[in-house]
Formats: sequence, C-alpha cells, structure tokens
Amino acid sequence: MMDTYGIMRAFADSWFLIAMFAFFVGAALFAFRPGSNKVHKDIANIPFRHEDKPAGDRD
Amino acid sequence: MWDYLKLAIYGLLAVLAAIAASYARDVAYQVHAVLVVLIAAGLFVYTLRGVGDEKVVETGYMDGPVRVGVALTAFWGVVGFLVGTFIAFQLAFPDLNFAWADGYLNFGRLRPLHTSAVIFAFGGTALISSSFYVVQRTSGARLWGGNLAWFVFWGYQIVILLAATGYLLGATQSKEYAEPEWYTDLWLTIVWVAYLLVFMGTLMKRKEPHIYVANWFYLSFIVTIAMLHVVNNLSIPVSIFGSKSVQLFAGVQDAMTQWWYGHNAVGFFLTAGFLGMMYYFVPKQAERPVFSYKLSIIHFWALIFLYIWAGPHHLHYTALPDWASTLGMVFSIVLWMPSWGGMINGLMTLSGAWDKLRTDPVIRMMVVSIGFYGMSTFEGPMMSIRAVNSLSHYTDWTIGHVHSGALGWNGMITFGMLYFLVPKLWNRAGLYSQKLVSWHFWLATIGIVLYAASMWVTGIMEGLMWREVDAQGFLVNSFADTVAAKFPMYVVRGLGGVLFLGGAVIMCYNLWMTVKRAPAAEAAGDATAAPAE
Repeated sequence: MMDTYGIMRAFADSWFLIAMFAFFVGAALFAFRPGSNKVHKDIANIPFRHEDKPAGDRD
Repeated sequence: MWDYLKLAIYGLLAVLAAIAASYARDVAYQVHAVLVVLIAAGLFVYTLRGVGDEKVVETGYMDGPVRVGVALTAFWGVVGFLVGTFIAFQLAFPDLNFAWADGYLNFGRLRPLHTSAVIFAFGGTALISSSFYVVQRTSGARLWGGNLAWFVFWGYQIVILLAATGYLLGATQSKEYAEPEWYTDLWLTIVWVAYLLVFMGTLMKRKEPHIYVANWFYLSFIVTIAMLHVVNNLSIPVSIFGSKSVQLFAGVQDAMTQWWYGHNAVGFFLTAGFLGMMYYFVPKQAERPVFSYKLSIIHFWALIFLYIWAGPHHLHYTALPDWASTLGMVFSIVLWMPSWGGMINGLMTLSGAWDKLRTDPVIRMMVVSIGFYGMSTFEGPMMSIRAVNSLSHYTDWTIGHVHSGALGWNGMITFGMLYFLVPKLWNRAGLYSQKLVSWHFWLATIGIVLYAASMWVTGIMEGLMWREVDAQGFLVNSFADTVAAKFPMYVVRGLGGVLFLGGAVIMCYNLWMTVKRAPAAEAAGDATAAPAE
C-alpha cells in the first residue's frame, strides 16, 4: 500500500504538476495568439444573437 | 412503446417503495418511501391518461422548465430566507426552540434545512433553470434530449423534497452541505448525469462555432459537482430498508474529503455556476459585450485550476498534516487574483454605460452582487491565512463571511437574473414596477450590511474573548460569557435577515404582477417607444 502511495505521490509532485502547469500557461498564452482579437470579439457577441429562436428557425 | 415502458417503471417503483415503506427501520425512511409511492403512482396515472395521445414535435427553445424553474427559485428563496431568519432569532432567543417541537424544529434540525434550502433549493434551481436558458441562447439550439430536461428539473426537486423532510426527521450523514442520506445521494447522481447529458448534448448540436464563456463555467460546475458529490458520499447503508449509512473514509481522511467537497461546493456551485450567470446576464442587462473576453478565459482556467486545492484551509490546527493545510492556504491566497480578475471583468462590462446605474435598479443589483463577490473573495483568502484563522475559526466571523458571499453575491445576481428572465419568459415589455425593484435593492443591501457588520463585531469579539488570559495565564472568559456578550449582535443579525426576507417578498409580488399585469412585449412596442417605467 505505502509503495503505491509513494509512487503516485512522486508522480503527482513532479510530472503531473508540470503537465497541469504547462496546460494552464498554454491555455493562457493561447488566448493571446495573433488574430485572437477578432475571434474573441465575435464570441463575446454571442449573447446578442438567437435571442428568440434557434439558429435554424430563422424563416 | 416508450409509454408502456414508463408505465412499467413507475408501477414497479411504486410497488417496491410500498414494500420498502412497510419494512422501514426508521421514520425518515418510511416517510420517504411513502413519498416515492405517491410520486410514482401520480406519474403512473399521469402517463396512463396520456397513452395514445399524438406527440407534437416541438420546435423553438424549450422554456417550460425555465419558467417553472424561475417561479420555484423565487419560492425556495423565500422559504430559505424565512428559515434562516427564524434560526437567527432562535440563537438570540433560545425560547424559540419550542419544547413541543423538540427534535423537529429546534436549531440543530432547522440549520441544515436553511443551508440546503438556500444553497441547493434556491441556488441549485436558479443554476439549473438559468443554465437551460443560457445554453440554448448561446448555442442557437433547442435543449437536447426532449423531456430529459423535465426529468432533470423535477428529479432535482425530488432531491430537495427528500433532503428537507429527511433533516426534520433526523436522516443525516452529518457532513456539512452533504447531509442527505445514501438513497438521496444515489438519486441525485442519476439526476446529475442526466443534467450533464442535456447540457453537453445541447452544446454538441450548437449552431455557433464557439462555446460562449458562460457555458464553460456552467459545464465546470456540472462536472465538478458530479465528482465531488460521488467521492464525498461514498458510504455503505446499514440496511437497505433504513436511512442510516456508514462513511467509507474515517478520521482525518474523512475530514479532508469533506472539506475538499465543502470548499469546492462553494467554488464550483456558488462561484463557477453563478459566474456563468454573471457572464450572460450582466452583458445582456447592460446591452454590451463582456469587457474582455481574453480576461474571461484566463479567469476560467485560473479559477478551476486553483479552487480545487483550497479545501484544507478549513482544517488549520487539526490532525491534518501542516503541509496540507499550508497548501490549502497558499492556493486560497493565489485564488484572490483570478477572483478579482473576474470581478473587474464584470464591473468593467459597464464601462461606457455607467449611467445605467442611475436609471436601472436591476443593473445596480448586479453591480452590487459583483462588488460582494470581490469583497468576499478578498475576505476568504485573508481568513485562510493560518494566523488570521486562529482568531476567526469557530467564531461568527466565518458565518458573516459566508453570508456576505451568499446573500451579496449569489442572492443579488440571482435576483438580477430573475428580474431579467421573467419579462422575457412571459413575453412582457418590462417589469411591473421599477420602484419595487429599488425597494428590494435597498432592503437587501441594508440587510446584508447589518448582517455582515454584526457578525464581524461579534466574531472578532468572541475570538478575542476566547484567547484572553490573565497575568497567571488562566483563561479569563467562560464560553457562556461570550454567548451573553453576543446577544445584541445576534438581534441586529436577525433584523438584517428580516430586511433581506422582506426584499425577497417584494420581489415575488413584483414578478407575479409582471406576469399578470405588465403589457405584452409586442403590444407595448407598437403603442409607444418609451420604455415601461
């Protein structure tokens, strides 16, 4: 039992910690990728579309 | 075919529950089994009467559950605030623990009823109904799964019913905010999986290429609550015919699991889910997009990566190893940054439209809500610091902190959401009375201020009294001394609750009259260009 704990704990304290941190930093950097301003402007305006009907029901 | 299958399931369920009721080992279990018999039999009759009816394929948005949800949110709010105000006065005047109702309506039984009524009944119903509304609008698609959304909605209300009646009759596993016993937990798990399916299914058939940030927050709320609920409720029933169960974890592991759950119930139920509300309803009410979409992305990832670790700060100076409680403390302090990032994002959405604060009491409510979010997410990290915690823990300061977050942030943003949604859902030009919204706003705000201020005073006072020692090193005050000293603040706290409750009752009247009396949306638009005031 203790050995399983030790192995998992060592993994959690090293590689998995690095992986999570890298994912977080990556996600943050990805938000600032070139060209993202236009995309984000479009997404930010989603609440102002399709107020009354689903997208397909226009006619 | 599906109808016959449903009839078979309802019939079987009613019979099994009737058998369980007759073998029941305790009152709570028996009452719950009878409730299940009644619900299953009622559904059986309802389905039977509808067998063979033409099924109409409905199009457009599915707003039925949202309408019922909005009404029930207001109802549960009033119930929860009423019970809360009553138990506040029970603390000030112990005679209100009536002898004739001992074992049912005393503080110990009513307290979990209050917390669950406000968090899970009021907050949970608000989250489920608003998420159904938001995910459809931001996906441009009808809810996935047809009547599965109704199953989620009423299934969740059954959880509330079983939990509330269980507390009064003494069925509790004594885990704070996770009191319901094993069968209620199992039922909630089923309902929650269905909720995830409805939400994910709608997202998958969305017509917008991107998933709007509000849905990210709602989704993280649904997924994380599923995980927390399952792990924290791992227990073995003593008997299949009784409500008592035994926890799988013991000792400090159990305590750590409980507060990993407890703090993330705050983090993902009361924060992430309600942030989903904020990111949709604040831009809608302000009529301008969120201040910075990039900031909202950073807010989301930082919040979910940090919150999950903050739980151990509930267990300073316990059997929990120091490294674990230090970890919780450090993550709580780091969490301050994304929280304030989110607050700035919400507040700055109004930049260029600050004049609305003067004219629109609903946006004022939302802004105060975000303000309280910022305040309690500063207070929380501060209280998680071990040295501060040694003063604040076990005192009323904690209760004050929780209520500035719950009444201020969760309550006010939900009121804003209700004021926004009711005219939309019932196709009304506007609210019945803006003036009553202002009344609600001020009653609620003053109520919160009375509540939080009195709890700061009494919390810090009792913390200082507990640690006061004389020249010989003996403790100066007995516990009863602190109780006596707290009396005036307890009365002020109760009055704050009365004001907050009064505001909510005014809101219910206003919303009711909006549905009954306010002019319909098109008619008003044709008649006059002036907004209904």
